[in-house]
Amino acid sequence: MEDLSYYKEKRSEDWRVELRKTKKAKERTLMERISMLEQDAVERSQNIEEVNLGLTEEMALVEAQRCLDCANPTCITGCPVGINIPGFIKKIEVKDFLGAAEVLKDTNTLPAVCGRVCPQEKQCENSCFYTVQLKKPPVAIGYLERFAADYERNSGKMAIPKVATNNGIKVAIIGSGPAGLAASADLVKFGYDVTVFEALHEIGGVLKYGIPEFRLPNEIVDVEIENLRKMGVKFRTNFIVGKTASFDDLRAQGYQAFFVGSGAGLPRFMNIPGENSIGIFSSNEYLTRVNLMKAADNNYDTPVSFGDTIAVIGGGNTAMDSVRTAKRLGAKRAVIIYRRSIEEMPARVEEVKHAQEEGIEFMNLHNPVEYIADQDGHVKQMRLQKMKLGEPDASGRRRPIPIDGSEFLMDVDAVVVSVGVSPNPLIPSSLKDLETTKWGTIVVNQDTMQSSVKDIFAGGDIVRGGATVILAMGDGRKAAAGIHDYLMEKVKKN
Amino acid sequence: MYKIIEKEFFSEKVVKLVLEAADIAKSRKAGHFVIVRVDEKGERIPLTIADSDIERGTITLVIQVVGVTSAKLANLNVGDEILDVVGPLGKATHIENFGTVLAAGGGVGVAPLYPIVKALKEAGNRVITVLAARTKDLIILEDEMRKYSDEVIVMTDDGSYGKKGLVTMGMEEVIEREKVDFSMIIGPAIMMKFGALTTKKYNIPTEVSLNTIMVDGTGMCGACRVSVGGKTQFVCVDGPEFDAHQVDFDEMLMRLNAYKKEETEAYEKYLALQQA
Ligand SMILES: Cc1cc2nc3c(=O)[nH]c(=O)nc-3n(C[C@H](O)[C@H](O)[C@H](O)COP(=O)(O)OP(=O)(O)OC[C@H]3O[C@@H](n4cnc5c(N)ncnc54)[C@H](O)[C@@H]3O)c2cc1C
Ligand SMILES: Cc1cc2nc3c(=O)[nH]c(=O)nc-3n(C[C@H](O)[C@H](O)[C@H](O)COP(=O)(O)OP(=O)(O)OC[C@H]3O[C@@H](n4cnc5c(N)ncnc54)[C@H](O)[C@@H]3O)c2cc1C
Ligand code: SF4
Ligand code: SF4
Ligand code: FES
Repeated sequence: MEDLSYYKEKRSEDWRVELRKTKKAKERTLMERISMLEQDAVERSQNIEEVNLGLTEEMALVEAQRCLDCANPTCITGCPVGINIPGFIKKIEVKDFLGAAEVLKDTNTLPAVCGRVCPQEKQCENSCFYTVQLKKPPVAIGYLERFAADYERNSGKMAIPKVATNNGIKVAIIGSGPAGLAASADLVKFGYDVTVFEALHEIGGVLKYGIPEFRLPNEIVDVEIENLRKMGVKFRTNFIVGKTASFDDLRAQGYQAFFVGSGAGLPRFMNIPGENSIGIFSSNEYLTRVNLMKAADNNYDTPVSFGDTIAVIGGGNTAMDSVRTAKRLGAKRAVIIYRRSIEEMPARVEEVKHAQEEGIEFMNLHNPVEYIADQDGHVKQMRLQKMKLGEPDASGRRRPIPIDGSEFLMDVDAVVVSVGVSPNPLIPSSLKDLETTKWGTIVVNQDTMQSSVKDIFAGGDIVRGGATVILAMGDGRKAAAGIHDYLMEKVKKN
Repeated sequence: MYKIIEKEFFSEKVVKLVLEAADIAKSRKAGHFVIVRVDEKGERIPLTIADSDIERGTITLVIQVVGVTSAKLANLNVGDEILDVVGPLGKATHIENFGTVLAAGGGVGVAPLYPIVKALKEAGNRVITVLAARTKDLIILEDEMRKYSDEVIVMTDDGSYGKKGLVTMGMEEVIEREKVDFSMIIGPAIMMKFGALTTKKYNIPTEVSLNTIMVDGTGMCGACRVSVGGKTQFVCVDGPEFDAHQVDFDEMLMRLNAYKKEETEAYEKYLALQQA
């Protein structure tokens, strides 16, 4: 962890000292954690509106009081980008909501997004004093982050960050996911002439085509993109770097440095018999059809499969998003099939809870071994095998072991395979000199995010092989700093 | 936005569009395709780049009307704009001097075959082209093909033009007459299946260009997957061209029908609206 002195300094400002005295720590710890306002479970499983409704001002003010403004704010060490958590929460406590948003934006380009999708229970909230020392529910850091960011957005007083005068140096960002957006924001602030190239027809990466509306409304992402535009970032959709133009073409057009944030877009399948039957999709295909192409809306041309029983294979966020989408598209039975137990699911805890409330069935310790199709080639059944848990494996989770003779058939109308993704190979395969790992991720210097090709930097899922929004953004920002150093050095030499 | 600057009907259901897409024109090679989204509510469909003109910054598409999106495209006029065009996608055709090449194109498959025939001829091959369609009016790009082929054989199902019979008859005629070193077959899946069986009989190395259903065209969704040699491949990034003798055509034919019902309904609705 970096030096915390910056936070200490802020913490000793008079108003913070005074604020701490307004309520005894003991009293603060006796307060109960606030619950998020949510749409009713039955109602929401039939619409695509956001499930979480946010905190009211009153609720935010109360929850902010729970935070003890610790001398040693361990929460910060749990946040991958080191947000000054008590710093923004105490601004909320004194009703300076715009001030809170400002603190967030010092480190986090997209707080409205992270407040919604970060796995807080594994990150900041898991390191909160309440969790660690008091064994009580942590301060609702994620909810408060969302509150401050939403307040700012709805206030009409969204601050457009100041940018340095354009220095005319062209930088290309490849991919418009959280990594690319974060990098573009910092680079344009430093004064670069920044263009983001995106393969799809929409900006936002997984935030748009993957994570559904009921968890992250597109509008929130669009507002951020609009702000980037106002700051001077240019966007080119329908442009695949490595295909529409090569790195050399872009260099010839004057681009002096590149940030690759091309994500982990390649879906994995299980390679079991019958997997190419009609009605079996990757979660990427399923979610893209629904989210990006709006397939469930009759006014749009892209079709999607509906059915009474839809099985989703996997236990991550992508699986939860797919199964809850299936439910919203009218499935009577929307079932998660996961080979480990529910405790071991990598999905955010809140999503699993929401899914359960919405009537999603969980078949844990089950794994498909074969798909059976009807005469038209459409999947009609899956053969499932029961599993039991054995010894912990390298990841520390107990290894699932198939139980012999436990196989049985289950009727299904459609199956969504959500067993992970691999890095998008488009960029690595278009550059011979680029050093990659055997998994296809790009090798970078951890401090600068520079790759083996000097003018190319990378971050997010293409480097990590599948991570989180906040880690991708953190990488984007680190790379922006790396690119800045690299270009300033280059300018000096010339 | 990608502006249409030329439009020509080859037949009632087959239209040629030339549109502005300077970046794609510059980087495309024979065998590449684009993904097109006509308007805000449109779906993304793949179309082969039949030709390009770097100076004018244009690409040429040849589209057969089979459903809503292709019909929407055919209804556009010069001056209209297509919302999204992305590419070039897929792997370019492997071009070398094989010796004698037998190129077979069925229906609108002649469009993607054309740039390949051109490239093969320019690489020094002797190129014999078989063009096939149901009937005379559906034979397209014949003059263009003649320009880059040493010989063109035309086959129609009903005998209204050229010789009467299926594409495979025309192919066998050539194979029995002279040594063929390589064959390229592009057309409807069923035609490629039988074309592949024909060249397999004679052990002629053969490639086909597959036209599976696609969404993104960049390897992200897996909608386009087919089995080739028992392994799952993504047509948009691993193809679209594959060893014809390894492709599981039956699986591919089946997968092409994935949305048959929805597509037919949507097309009928679209036609009804057009008439209203
Ligand atoms: C369904 C789903 C749910 C998730 N839920 C959560 C969650 O709740 N919380 C969380 O923290 N994380 C979640 N994740 C993971 C998180 O979304 C990713 O870790 C994050 O988006 C990675 O960001 P990125 O910028 O690296 O790449 P991406 O968001 O994948 O964006 C990459 C972009 O680059 C574009 N691109 C690729 N190649 C090229 C090229 N050659 N030229 C131009 N453009 C290119 C792609 O089209 C894409 O738009 C989820 C992921 C999915 C799929
Ligand atoms: C790499 C590639 C290159 C292609 N190049 C061309 C081209 O140059 N010119 C051209 O006209 N078409 C081409 N196609 C096919 C074209 O993409 C489809 O015809 C188009 O998607 C149909 O869309 P639609 O909405 O008009 O019809 P839909 O409503 O989608 O389909 C109508 C009917 O066509 C069938 N169909 C659906 N998808 C396809 C498909 N991909 N191929 C064949 N039949 C299909 C369906 O079974 C249905 O009965 C290509 C496909 C691929 C994968
Ligand atoms: S960015 Fe994520 S981890 Fe960091 S404080 Fe916010 S919610 Fe917690
Ligand atoms: S550890 Fe918890 S209580 Fe302490 S400052 Fe952080 S959020 Fe507040
Ligand atoms: S079209 Fe999506 S992976 Fe090929």
